[in-house]
Amino acid sequence: MEPEVNPDAPAEGAAAAPAPEAHPAWCRVQLARHPKRPHAVDYIQALFTDFDEIHGDRVFGDDAAIIAGMARFEGRPVMVVAEEKGRDTKQRLHRNFGMPKPEGYRKALRAMQLASKFGRPVITFLDTQGAYPGIDAEERGQGEAIARNLREMARLAVPVICVVIGEGGSGGALGVGVGNTVLMLENAIYSVISPESCSTIIYRDRAKAEQAAAALRLTAEDLLALGLIDTIVPEPPGGAQEDPAAAAENLRQHLRACLDQLSAFGPDHLVEHRYVKFRKMGNFFA
Amino acid sequence: MSWFKRDKPAEEKLPKLGNGERRVRTEGLWQKCGGCRQIIWKKDLESNWNVCPKCGAHSSIDALTRLKLLLDRGYRQFDTGLRSSDPLGFVDKKPYKDRLRDMEQSTGLPDAIVTAEGCIEGRTVQICSMEPKFIGGSMGCVVGEKIARAIERAIERRQPLVIVSASGGARMQEGAVSLMQMAKISAALMRLDEVRLPYISVLTDPTTGGVTASYAMLGDLNIAEPGALIGFAGPRVIEQTIRQKLPEGFQRSEFLLAHGMLDAVVPRLELKAYLARALEFLGG
Ligand SMILES: [Zn+2]
Repeated sequence: MEPEVNPDAPAEGAAAAPAPEAHPAWCRVQLARHPKRPHAVDYIQALFTDFDEIHGDRVFGDDAAIIAGMARFEGRPVMVVAEEKGRDTKQRLHRNFGMPKPEGYRKALRAMQLASKFGRPVITFLDTQGAYPGIDAEERGQGEAIARNLREMARLAVPVICVVIGEGGSGGALGVGVGNTVLMLENAIYSVISPESCSTIIYRDRAKAEQAAAALRLTAEDLLALGLIDTIVPEPPGGAQEDPAAAAENLRQHLRACLDQLSAFGPDHLVEHRYVKFRKMGNFFA
Repeated sequence: MSWFKRDKPAEEKLPKLGNGERRVRTEGLWQKCGGCRQIIWKKDLESNWNVCPKCGAHSSIDALTRLKLLLDRGYRQFDTGLRSSDPLGFVDKKPYKDRLRDMEQSTGLPDAIVTAEGCIEGRTVQICSMEPKFIGGSMGCVVGEKIARAIERAIERRQPLVIVSASGGARMQEGAVSLMQMAKISAALMRLDEVRLPYISVLTDPTTGGVTASYAMLGDLNIAEPGALIGFAGPRVIEQTIRQKLPEGFQRSEFLLAHGMLDAVVPRLELKAYLARALEFLGG
């Protein structure tokens, strides 16, 4: 089968620096997709010790677009679940460009339920342009897999901390994104639809993605203002790719604070806390 | 319905359309069936709940007609005053605020869903019925809130829940606020599950995107009308990604049934009786 390259993804090594007059939201989109931006594997290496990957969904296969594993964070045992795009061409193909299939979401859920059963906190990393849109993914129930994760993540009796590290691509990201605390890196984005697709729908023109990016309110500041995330994690000047070690260190501080806070909650309190947090989301009037 | 079973199955006669849409053109008193292409007297179609009397193809019905189909006489609507406050200040071809107002005028509904309490053959249920003509039946925060409240009412009153989906997915104009409704509703369904109250999800044409990836696939039973487009990614997006033609019948109800994703495909005219039997079995 031919490699399935999504046109939204920047080419490997492409110059991602936006034009200086670009809209700030579009600059963020470029930074979130920057070819040198640290990925989940980089954060796993920087933040955890004793990482032992666990594979497979026990049903169909092992989806490399999602990494799951047992690890220690500053000595504390945690379960890590992470979307990974891959760096070079070979890895990107192996990881399906970070677009998970149903077996990826099912592996993620298996790992998270394992953590819940044995009282280990869950830390997830969101970084995908979206769940994989393909025939096989549909045949195996992409919608069902994501839906089940949303419901079952709400039931986990342990602290769940989610971090949007790059692209929060719609349901594909949310499928591992139902946390007590949702952190977002300063230059990450989180959106219901990619600016390119939005632009195609509105303007019938992919080239107006910059305008669409602004209209979608997808930056960390936007998400915070809308009450959809809890905290913005600052990045080094110029973006995380300029100093990955510093970016990881910032994240470490935030993760530690979140874990300290949530570890004081009992299982019922954690479930209630997560429920109330998402239950409040919505902007309507009567 | 016996005429339906006598006839050839509807899906064999459905046209193969890449964009996955079957539309019935409106031309006065007569309408061309999207299934068999025959010209049908509109009244015949409407009196048969928009199921083609010739070939059995199901075309859309609006949210209130759906309630009439499924509920005994007399039901009570809830949260009819909820309206989106346009959280993004979104403007595309026109401001989202204006679009909402225009949609309200054309559909008579303030958003893409009606929620109600009513009886299915004497059994009281909380029911949510989506309106496919309201911005494609898309799910924004009003849909999210009304469903969440319906679930909470079901829990409070110890009643079963039925959601009839007809939706293109999350509503672009409300951005990530729409996206989070998926988590909000799914979390509420977790609570319904915890107290062991039945939830039957009815998937109708179309049920795609964020609706499929949340409540539509989370029923204790997931059932669909014949020939409905059901999927996570839209057929056009998939074709563009994989750069090949999609197989015939791909993402239709019967395809999902064959792949183990649905409990049953139930014709519209049998839907009420099916729900009544299922709810009795589930003991709601
Ligand atoms: Zn027909």
